[in-house]
Amino acid sequence: MNVAKRTFDALIVGAGGAGLRAALQLSEAGLKTAVLSKVFPTRSHTVAAQGGVAASLGNTTEDHWHWHMYDTVKGSDWLGDQDAIEFMCRKANEVVIELEHYGMPFDRTDNGKIYQRPFGGHSMNYGKSPVMRSCAAADRTGHAMLHALYQRNVRANTQFFVEWMALDLIRDGNGNVLGVTALELETGEVSIFHSRATIFATGGSGRIFYSSTNAFTNTGDGLGMAARAGIPLEDMEFWQFHPTGVAGAGVLITEGVRGEGGILRNANGERFMERYAPNLKDLASRDVVSRSMVTEINEGRGCGHDKDYVLLDITHLSPEIIMKRLPGIREISIRFAGVDPIKAPIPVVPTCHYQMGGIPTNYKGQVVHPKLGDPNTLVHGFYAAGECACASVHGSNRLGTNSLLDLLVFGKSAGESVVEDFKAGQLDLKPLPDDAADMSIGRIARLESQKGGNAVGEVRIAMQRAMQKHASVFRFKDLLKEGVTHILKVAEGAKGTYINDKSKVWNTARQEALELDNMIEVAKATMISAEARKESRGAHVRDDAPDTPEHPNGRDDENWLKHTLWFSVDNHLEYKPVRLKPLSDDVEPIALAKRTY
Amino acid sequence: MQTSKRTVRFKIYRYDPDKDSRPYMQDISVELDPTDKKLLDALVRIKDKDDSLSFRRSCREGVCGSDALNINGTNGLACLTDVDDLSQPIVLRPLPGLPVIRDLIVDMTQFFKQYHSVKPYLINDDPPPERERLQSPEEREELNGLYECILCACCSTACPSFWWNPDKFVGPSGLLNAYRFIADTRDKATNDRLDNLEDPYRLFRCHTIMNCVAVCPKELNPARAINKIKDMMVIRAI
Repeated sequence: MNVAKRTFDALIVGAGGAGLRAALQLSEAGLKTAVLSKVFPTRSHTVAAQGGVAASLGNTTEDHWHWHMYDTVKGSDWLGDQDAIEFMCRKANEVVIELEHYGMPFDRTDNGKIYQRPFGGHSMNYGKSPVMRSCAAADRTGHAMLHALYQRNVRANTQFFVEWMALDLIRDGNGNVLGVTALELETGEVSIFHSRATIFATGGSGRIFYSSTNAFTNTGDGLGMAARAGIPLEDMEFWQFHPTGVAGAGVLITEGVRGEGGILRNANGERFMERYAPNLKDLASRDVVSRSMVTEINEGRGCGHDKDYVLLDITHLSPEIIMKRLPGIREISIRFAGVDPIKAPIPVVPTCHYQMGGIPTNYKGQVVHPKLGDPNTLVHGFYAAGECACASVHGSNRLGTNSLLDLLVFGKSAGESVVEDFKAGQLDLKPLPDDAADMSIGRIARLESQKGGNAVGEVRIAMQRAMQKHASVFRFKDLLKEGVTHILKVAEGAKGTYINDKSKVWNTARQEALELDNMIEVAKATMISAEARKESRGAHVRDDAPDTPEHPNGRDDENWLKHTLWFSVDNHLEYKPVRLKPLSDDVEPIALAKRTY
Repeated sequence: MQTSKRTVRFKIYRYDPDKDSRPYMQDISVELDPTDKKLLDALVRIKDKDDSLSFRRSCREGVCGSDALNINGTNGLACLTDVDDLSQPIVLRPLPGLPVIRDLIVDMTQFFKQYHSVKPYLINDDPPPERERLQSPEEREELNGLYECILCACCSTACPSFWWNPDKFVGPSGLLNAYRFIADTRDKATNDRLDNLEDPYRLFRCHTIMNCVAVCPKELNPARAINKIKDMMVIRAI
């Protein structure tokens, strides 16, 4: 196979919020930059974010980044790294204001400032009462943000390679990262993108679960590429199940609905969150609300014929507020649930939404891995930001609106780190090894020559059902154990996938087969990391680690206050300490405590 | 709402330049599950049987703009169209007026070129203030119905003026986006933006046929935005 080669100062894989924000730093600094995306940038999944982006602007209620930091550490169930969390919360105002200057159409307060609404887990005075911290453009914040970032990149003349799918990470014998191989979808040609610096901003992989709010394209491509190239994946056992996916369809209904006053009710019409979270009620953290909903359903208080969902009620809000603040939700609800929320409540169930773990980085967006006893040794030339990265700011549970903030802050800092490292002369263009494209060519050649085998769609659905059964909202010791065996068997099947379509032109069958390879890495990482963590923390709650006086909420800090690192080779696990010390002396470490709302 | 299994008939435009000398319409029947409600669900079901059927899709909830198609003669998004509302056989073609790459996938280069030509970004060379630029709720409301565009191209590829002059006429989507910045009180380039459109083709090829309004899956009104730009041209000329 003929493999063309292109050379750049910097390469960004992915053009969602994180990739586009990073691209601005690089384009404006004058580096020769390429941004690869398998979809046109404004099709990236950032577009589907709804409720807002967190920043302690204090436009309506008093607010401080200290409070935001406290909420984020507590939300993470103390698994988040406090240096990265301090960095993110302190940078929030700056990156949100920048976005406003780029033209983002935020809603406004009466005095013309950015409109802010309450959101789950965000509070005043260290958990005392809800705060208005979520900066919103109606319920289309992600759409408005992604378009504003793309538009700013048009202005900055960023060079895009649109509808190119990155296939594999290129590393040399010393482990340095030298770029990626990528497939042009229109022609089927494979090229090498050789670069001094490579930033992964490839987003999440929520499609490994059967029921997901995620786009079809969220297949964990960056995680798969990193894992195959020997980079560990961090904290992959922690997945967020969003409380309010439309029952049956899986489409997201923003937490902003509850921020505007929406209430969850069971079959008896009871506002059941009052029992589980007396203080923040429906605005408790997402993991808490999702578990409460599943408990209601499991105990027979679900709604509908099969008693398998609960109701999200906004019928008490004025139609004007719904039309003004939640117009997109009304549209989704009518189209996907057949319900006008002005007149009747929306049927909802917890749905897989966000991956807290990812490629390990520090707060500067530099990828780190364990080497010679230091778990945070830099991987030369490699950076990551957004959902594919684990800085770790979300720990074991992410707060709503912190994902859009994460991609802005760490997209920018990854871009800044590349520019700094470039200017400091640390990013020389290292020579490509002779076998740079061999893995990708081998994968494509196998699909080309494979005669008979497993259909891609069948392996994919077997994986999705296994993940849903064995690693969902509540986890069970025995099911996790079986789940590991099960997913390894599915992974074997993925090695023999077969496609009928052999065309070179826009071959989506081949694309889906290559994406499945990536999802399988993520699925293995998730199941194996989850089986191994013998405690309950944040989104990972298991039956053999119950709430006891000795271990409140089943959390075991003595043994498990540490990050998981999963390696694809041999599926082996290592652990590294949580960074409990903030970045500066301006704030005290947030001390370990029992998490209640 | 349909709650049972049923078989649905399709006629789908097929063309793979790697093996077909010319495009053809393929008859396909597919059995749908009770949970398959949208046209996109049906397409995914067909692709399970024949993996060579090629189409774009991503968010499946009408916000990314990937899966615009010509459905029984009208442009729309597969993920927002209820399959049981369509008369059979359901005839699917790629968006009209753009070159076909393969099956239902069109080359959107010309569409995005027109979008880029309107300078779709905020222009304001004043030094940015420390905090946000202020904008009243009423001023912000002017952007409603404009900023929600998802660049799916349903409108522009339903527009006869765009079919005739895709290289010269900006098209409804591009013009809607042009007006989105003209209408933004923070933008300072209104005159330049009007200059950029003062041309027999770029703006004035719009003959108010209104196909754009009829097909927009987000229920936006490009024709109204275009009229507002035309009005501003007139006022400016007086």
